[in-house]
Amino acid sequence: MMADSGSEDAAVIGNTDISSAEAENNLRNTMVEKGTSLLKKLEITVSEAEKRTGKNSVNMQETYTVYLIETRPADSGSEAGTPVPDMLWRRYSDFELLRTYLLVTYPYVIIPPLPEKRAEFVWHKLSADNLDPDFVERRRVGLENFLLRVASHPLLSNDKIFFLFLTDEKGWRDAVLETGFQDKVDSRLKSLSASFRVKNPDKRFTALKQYSDELNAVISQLLRVRARVADRLYGVYKVHGNYGRVFSEWSAIEKEMGDGLQSAGHHMDTYAASIDDILEEEEHYADQLKEYLYYTEAVRSVCRKHELLQYEVEMAAQDLAYKKQQREELVTGTVRVFSLKGMTSKLFGQESQEQREQRLAALEQGIQEGEELLKDKNHECQEFVQSAWKDIERFKEQKDRDLREALISYAIMQISMCKKGVQVWSNAKECFNKM
Amino acid sequence: LPARRTMSVGAPKGLASSGQKPITEITHPLSAADEPLSPGVTLCPQDAGLTNGTPVETSSPASVSSLFNRLQLDDELDGDTSSETKDLFVTVDDPKKHVSTMETYITYRVSTKTTRIEFDLPEYSVRRRYQDFDWLRIKLDDSQPTHLVPPLPEKFVMKGVVDRFSEEFVETRMKALDKFLKRVADHPVLSFNPHFNAFLTAKDLNKRQGLALLTKVGESVKYVASGYKLRARPAEYTAMVEYLDTFSGKLGTMDRIAQRILKEQSEYLTELREYGSVYSSWAALEEELQRPLEGVAGSVSTCCRAMEDLSENMSQDFLPVLREYVLYIESMKNVLRKRDQCQAEYEGRLEAAILRRQEDRTPVPAEVEKCQDKVECFNADLKADWERWQRNKRQDFKQLLTGMADKNISYYEKCQSAWESLITVLQDKQTEDKTSETN
Repeated sequence: MMADSGSEDAAVIGNTDISSAEAENNLRNTMVEKGTSLLKKLEITVSEAEKRTGKNSVNMQETYTVYLIETRPADSGSEAGTPVPDMLWRRYSDFELLRTYLLVTYPYVIIPPLPEKRAEFVWHKLSADNLDPDFVERRRVGLENFLLRVASHPLLSNDKIFFLFLTDEKGWRDAVLETGFQDKVDSRLKSLSASFRVKNPDKRFTALKQYSDELNAVISQLLRVRARVADRLYGVYKVHGNYGRVFSEWSAIEKEMGDGLQSAGHHMDTYAASIDDILEEEEHYADQLKEYLYYTEAVRSVCRKHELLQYEVEMAAQDLAYKKQQREELVTGTVRVFSLKGMTSKLFGQESQEQREQRLAALEQGIQEGEELLKDKNHECQEFVQSAWKDIERFKEQKDRDLREALISYAIMQISMCKKGVQVWSNAKECFNKM
Repeated sequence: LPARRTMSVGAPKGLASSGQKPITEITHPLSAADEPLSPGVTLCPQDAGLTNGTPVETSSPASVSSLFNRLQLDDELDGDTSSETKDLFVTVDDPKKHVSTMETYITYRVSTKTTRIEFDLPEYSVRRRYQDFDWLRIKLDDSQPTHLVPPLPEKFVMKGVVDRFSEEFVETRMKALDKFLKRVADHPVLSFNPHFNAFLTAKDLNKRQGLALLTKVGESVKYVASGYKLRARPAEYTAMVEYLDTFSGKLGTMDRIAQRILKEQSEYLTELREYGSVYSSWAALEEELQRPLEGVAGSVSTCCRAMEDLSENMSQDFLPVLREYVLYIESMKNVLRKRDQCQAEYEGRLEAAILRRQEDRTPVPAEVEKCQDKVECFNADLKADWERWQRNKRQDFKQLLTGMADKNISYYEKCQSAWESLITVLQDKQTEDKTSETN
């Protein structure tokens, strides 16, 4: 029962004591609850990260990080002991390969994004080094998140290659290459970068693409400004540490005031030191925002794919119409559209009946093929629209839920920071009162 | 507590005008009750603001809250006179701007309530400007060389960025002037000084100022010309000087730290404002998330306002007190120097007299003994003042630092409640969704 003046209600405030780590757990639980059949069977974690060195493709020594993927049956614990999990090591480029495969194979699905390849939106205390342990740790969490997203998707979770990625350390690569998905990669890249004009764009997709672009811009801006805010806040807290030192020095020349000043100085030191943990926790929030920033790219690519299909439909229809036009002209003998053949026949005399009938037959064939093609393309496009739109609706709900959770956990973080602030300054005040 | 107006002595003067008369002859508009204002001298009406148009503290009677604050301050200063009953209360308030063709300046109302017989009336209310306070300080310094005279706020504004007539500057200065008078009023010797009495009661302080300057020059010359060198300063006074030097250094450091904090806070505030506005831009793109995002923008905005308040308080209440104490330390060091001079003079005279006695049996003159008395009096006064100064210092800094802690606590509490009310909104919606799903 929510009271009107919410802050009086103990039940509500109790919730603000959960940490952001717990809030993230809630997210995970939601994914499992909604549950795909895969997640009902399998518990997936990315539990560790390790440094390796080896020779790369150009035979140079390189250092890279591998991540341990563990899977175990979901309803374990009731039988005798905990079963040993299956485990295998993967590196970031393996994840990239998996994702490319999914992008190409399910072009109508908004494929979950990977955590950033390189550290972006850093503020000065944050390392931009890929081998930095904090970065590696956050990436580990991001990769686990990626796997859970895929595993909780109604379509993607049933993909065989995905299953092999989780369970077959050595054989997975061959399997994925065998699917021949790489042929489609080139055409996909082309479609993403090509510029073509669709005559009758689908309004829903146009709106979605625009929303996705705007969301991308606003989240980028938010992340940039947040990093600057973090930098400044860091400065404010750290300068207070200087009070600690000066109070200590001052207390040395005082008699009655000395003790109070000295202990107050300690509290100032505590205050200055507290910002490190506070800002580290806030990175979780930044990561949640980043996930949706990269999601917008996936949304955009679905829209572009649709545009391409739409374009192909229009091209097929246009081509068919042209062929039909030609047939009409041939049959009626009128030249409506300028053609070289028409001109030459006018200039150099009519073609023979035989030639004409040959051409007509060829055209009829072309028209038939064209109609088939148009039907196929239309069908393909409609199927795409149907599947895509289903996934888009699913995605929208997921996005609203997740971001609301993220905002709640952000607010919880802020409250925790404020409580710490009140505590430290109250302690300092007590010391000042004893002066 | 409306102050009673001072009674006019003699016939009321003619209409005051400016431009034709020198400023020293123009009476303060409030000193004679029924005189209509001349066209030349402008008195700010009750609600007028200062240069930037912001309203000045309400005129008599003083606003309730400022009165309350003053009463609290009086309680704090009671530490010194708790054993005795306080019989002299002085307050500075009600700043007003005066514009004439010659100059523009601010006057403050100085209200006195007392039962002392040295005062003719139990209550006084006069208007004084900074010059008048400075005059008082100089007179006290000269006439009571063995005592510590509290410092005045700086005459000239240092950075040149601050508007002399801005509400903040006037407010800060007024508080310092109030403190100055209160410290004098609480001093068992200084408060009985006739110049102090004149300052609190006289209508026309201006006429005396010209004489004061001459006197000042004369007396300081006297001290410099004595030229005696001190042989051995007693350890306790050396300890005092060392303490003051170290303390002054620490205050300087604290001043720098506070300024640095203000700078960082200001930059933080700039970024935070933009941060909040991005959430608003985002909210415009969303449907379901619009309210939560606007909520976040609102909470951020509340935090911005809270930070503004905190910074303003630091610069207006915290820093001025630190700086004033540095001046106070300088005053104390001056008194210590004078004491040294006094002792040196005595030692010099004594030495000369002894030599003379050895030569021709002339007895040590009486004035040498008088010098010794002077030194002993000085030492006694100084020790008493030092104790008082230490006590006041402890009180003042306790108050200052607890005040700083309070403001910070208040800042965090405001922010905390802003975020807590947001969570209520966000979680309410969640419960709504969940119940509608299960239905």
